[in-house]
Amino acid sequence: MAGEEFSATVKRTEKGSVIELVGTVNRVAKEGMEAAYVEASRSAGEILLDFNGVDYINSTGIAVIVGVLAMARAEQRPVGAFGLTDHYKEVFEITRLADFMHIYEDTASVN
Amino acid sequence: MFLRKRAREGNEPSDATTASEPVSQTRALDPIEIPRGDVLETVLLSAGGPVELSTIDVESETIERLREVGIELVIPLIGQGELLGALYLGHRLSDQPYSTDDRRLLGNLASQVAPAMKVAQLVREQQTEAKERERIEQELKVAALIQQTLLPKELPSINGWNVDAFYRPARAVGGDFYDFIELDDHRLGVVIGDVTDKGVPAALVMATSRSMLRAAALQYNSPSEVLAAVNENLVPEIPPAMFVTCLYAIIDTESGEVVFANAGHNLPYVRTSEGVLELRATGMPLGLMPGMAYDERTHMLGAGDVMVLTSDGITEAHSPEGEMYGFSRLMGRVAKKTRDEDICNSLVGDLESWTGPGAEQEDDVTLVVIRRTTSASASADAFHTGEEALIEFTVASVEGNERVAIDKVSEAVGPLGFEGSRLEKLKTAVGETVMNAIEHGNDNNPELDVSIKVAVTPQRVTVRIVDNGGDKEIPDAATPDLEAKIAGEQTPRGWGLFLVEKMVDEVSTARENGHHIVELVMNREGEA
Repeated sequence: MAGEEFSATVKRTEKGSVIELVGTVNRVAKEGMEAAYVEASRSAGEILLDFNGVDYINSTGIAVIVGVLAMARAEQRPVGAFGLTDHYKEVFEITRLADFMHIYEDTASVN
Repeated sequence: MFLRKRAREGNEPSDATTASEPVSQTRALDPIEIPRGDVLETVLLSAGGPVELSTIDVESETIERLREVGIELVIPLIGQGELLGALYLGHRLSDQPYSTDDRRLLGNLASQVAPAMKVAQLVREQQTEAKERERIEQELKVAALIQQTLLPKELPSINGWNVDAFYRPARAVGGDFYDFIELDDHRLGVVIGDVTDKGVPAALVMATSRSMLRAAALQYNSPSEVLAAVNENLVPEIPPAMFVTCLYAIIDTESGEVVFANAGHNLPYVRTSEGVLELRATGMPLGLMPGMAYDERTHMLGAGDVMVLTSDGITEAHSPEGEMYGFSRLMGRVAKKTRDEDICNSLVGDLESWTGPGAEQEDDVTLVVIRRTTSASASADAFHTGEEALIEFTVASVEGNERVAIDKVSEAVGPLGFEGSRLEKLKTAVGETVMNAIEHGNDNNPELDVSIKVAVTPQRVTVRIVDNGGDKEIPDAATPDLEAKIAGEQTPRGWGLFLVEKMVDEVSTARENGHHIVELVMNREGEA
């Protein structure tokens, strides 16, 4: 269906890696998200999820993010997120995802 | 000297007979044809050049007539082994016999004239054929126009039902037709028919039949009475050797009951969760003879059932090897579920692959597909007293359609002036609830729809979402144990109901008549 595309691209930074997410984060994003995490985790440091390009996250997408947090926890890797809209920041608060990943206020505050 | 062209098919004017002698010695003769198979034709073809009648020792009526009018010499005009005509010559003016030079000259003349005659003949034939083709094309355009003008411009839009139709005329335009007649607020008349013959005559009978059916459908409540009445009216009007096959059904869109009668048309198929069945009812085609009675039968369509009406342009289509598409293949195709459940598309695609690429369609192809998506009880109490309806729609149970629902609800409540974050929460709640309805309530069955209704009062907005999973318990919206999920002790899923509860002011669930009904309420207090 249109609007269901998802991509995850890994970029290296001085502090670690950024996974640029684009499109819809739902069940379909699982494979791409996990592959991106594996690639990002080859470098040391924090892994940041960039949500600037994400237009929709549903409960199955939250499950995908929980999966990433589980992978990160297994290797004691810090995970953060930025680029979330106010609504999804609130969703991350309600679901307590924000307890397990640092939510940056905006893109500028990452650096 | 007379030039006589060979006899032709039809009533074309003959070429003028010409006399080259002085006026005083010419005679106007009636043309003398050489009939096909006449012995003279054989003589002339075998001679290949001028023949003196006196040397012919066989007799025929034609030879006798030529002799009677004083013909001495006949010069055949031969083209491509065919006798195109002949020059008839009488006595020479000098009364001398025709010399060898004369005959050679005439032979040469004939050999030059014959090809020109052949070309002229071919041109005339082509012109005649072109005119005939143009006339036929014009007639087909008129027939197609009549048919297309009378077919429904819009499909009925009925809550809990999905109605689709496909019609594609053959080049020669058969007499297929279909129609939908709104009888009252919960009964829909459905007609599919086929007039024997093609072109304008079929189109005119189709137009007459359609009008008669519409009139009878409004007069009688019983399909068998409707067909019997149309038959009586049609018999005196229809041209000889023509008749109309027709199925007429009345669908009660509240109960799902289908009452039908059939005048010799293809049997309808109904696909249920247990397979495909034929709806049988017998009756003679319309217009054949007066006094006919028609069987009337009843069938109940349940939620998810699909009724497929077809014309014989499908079942009688041939493969390149000459094999008919047939009823068993059609039945098998109806039984086959496709992801998008576009049965018209699926059947037409299969028909095209059967007939092969570029094959000319032999007959009109008509399909009517009627699907019951939800039972009416789920939508009958669509809105509570005092509520104003904002929007009511359905989406098929296909993953991703929750986004369609979100967009429609968002658009509907937009003018109410919800604050941005509240609107986003409502959208998330709608998306999650519709996703649950698709996946858990309707088991991702694309034949089943999820019904969504948005109603408003001065105090609140209610979004009512209904699926067909009423036989299943709706679990409580427990708070997920995130630690256990991250530790891998629980599935990472299970956020939907929890999110819904957190997003809106009230959530209520109910099970009724086989349906789940979830109501999401957002208070309007404080909204603009």
